[in-house]
Amino acid sequence: MKGFKGRDIISISDFSKQEILHVLDTAKNFENYRNPSLLKDKMLATLFFEPSTRTRMSFEAAMHFLGGRVIGFSDARLTSISKGESLWDSIRIVEGYSDVIVMRHPFEGSARLAAEAANIPIINGGDGANQHPTQTFLDLFTIYKSKGTIDKLKVGFLGDLKYGRTVHSLARALSLFGAEMYFISPAELRMPSDDIEHLKKEGIVFHEVEDLIGTCPKLDVLYTTRIQKERFPDAADYEKVKGVYRVDNSMLKHVKPELKILHPLPRVDELSPEIDNSPHAVYFEQAANGVPVRAALLALVLGVAE
Amino acid sequence: MKELKVTAIENGSVIDHIPTDNTFNVIGILKLDRHDDTILIATNLPSKKLGKKGIVKVSGRQLTKDEANKIALVAPDATINIIKDFEIVEKLKASLPKQLVNVSKCFNPNCITNRDSVVPKLCVESARPLRLRCEYCERSMTQKDIQLV
Ligand SMILES: [Zn+2]
Repeated sequence: MKGFKGRDIISISDFSKQEILHVLDTAKNFENYRNPSLLKDKMLATLFFEPSTRTRMSFEAAMHFLGGRVIGFSDARLTSISKGESLWDSIRIVEGYSDVIVMRHPFEGSARLAAEAANIPIINGGDGANQHPTQTFLDLFTIYKSKGTIDKLKVGFLGDLKYGRTVHSLARALSLFGAEMYFISPAELRMPSDDIEHLKKEGIVFHEVEDLIGTCPKLDVLYTTRIQKERFPDAADYEKVKGVYRVDNSMLKHVKPELKILHPLPRVDELSPEIDNSPHAVYFEQAANGVPVRAALLALVLGVAE
Repeated sequence: MKELKVTAIENGSVIDHIPTDNTFNVIGILKLDRHDDTILIATNLPSKKLGKKGIVKVSGRQLTKDEANKIALVAPDATINIIKDFEIVEKLKASLPKQLVNVSKCFNPNCITNRDSVVPKLCVESARPLRLRCEYCERSMTQKDIQLV
C-alpha cells in the first residue's frame, strides 16, 4: 500500500482494495470525532468553479472539527478565471496560500491536471461528468457501516445508470470486493459500454434488468439514483422514463429484512418519504457520513493520520 | 508484365504496409507537409495482407523508433526501412508505445485538454483493436475517435 501523506485523491480507480479499506477504517475513527488541535495551522482551499453546496460544506465542517482553517470561493465569476487565467496558473497561485486543495470544476480531467500543477495534495470534489471520489468513499463507508462488510454483497443500482457518475464509480469500486451487481434501469438509461466491458474483464457477475419488484428480493443493498431531466436532449424521452421506478412501502414488502437503501440525494419522486423511518433507509446517514470520510481523507493526505 | 518501378531513394526512410486509407494520416503524423526534400507517395497498391496498401518514401529523413511507434497508431503493420546510399541499414517495426503524448486530441469536447492549453496524453490500453484512454478525463477512445494534433 502506498502511503497517503501528500497524495492526491483524483479517481477511485487510483486506489487498491487495501487502500480503500484503509480509508474506511480511518473514517470510522473520525466519526463524532472533534479535535481542535489535529489540523491546527493547516489551511484548506476550496475552489468551487461550479457550485456544490453539500460537498463544500461537508469539507468545511470536517476541517473545522479538526481545528483547521478554510479559504476559498464558490463562484468562479468572481475570480481571474473569468479573465482567462489557465487552471494551471490558478492552482500554482492558490497552492501558495494553502496546505491542501479541494476543487470542483465543470470540465472532465481538470482534477488530474490540477494535481500535475500542484505540489500540495489535490482532492477532486467532482470534475464534470468524470469522477467524484469522496462521494464514492462515503457511499462505500455507508455500505461498510450498515452491512458490517463490503465483501460479496448483492448490490442493485436503480434509475439513471447511463449518466449517473456516482453509479459508475461505485460499481467500479465494488468490483474489487466481489459484489454481484443488478443494474435496474429503463433500456434508455443502461450502464455505458465502457463500464460493462470493465466488469466483464474483471469477471464480475452482473445482470441488466428492467424489473425492480422481481429483482429487489435478491438484494443486500439498493443504490437508488434520480433521473435528471436536464440530461435528456428531448423532453419527450424524459417523460417516457420519469417515474418508472418508485421505492416505497409497497416495494418493501418484497425485500430482505436486512436490505439497506442508499441514495446520493437530492431525490425527486423515486424515493418515497414514507420509508424514511424504516430500518432499510440509510440515505440521511449516508449524507452525514460525508464528514468523517472527508475528515479521514484530509488527515491522511496531510499526514496527521497514518 | 513489367512491374511498376517506384523510384528508389538514396538516403531516407521507406514506410511500407500502410492501410491504403491511412496513407495520408502517416504524412500527417510525421508532419511531412512541411518537409522540403523529395517525398514519394503511393496508394492503392496490391497487398496480400492488407488488400490495398500505401507506401511513403521520404528523402533526407531517418525516422526514429519514437516516430515508428507513432505511425503504429494508424498503420499497425507498418515496416520502416532506413536507407543509406540506396542500401537498407536498419529495419524498424511500428509498435504502439504505452503512452501517446501530443499525438491525438481527446475526443471528449468537455475534456480539460480541449478547453485549456494542455498537451493531450493518451494511454494505450490495447493495440488490436485499438483502445486508448485519456489520462485526464478517463474516457476510452477507438480508432474512429482519433484526431491528430
Ligand atoms: Zn480527455
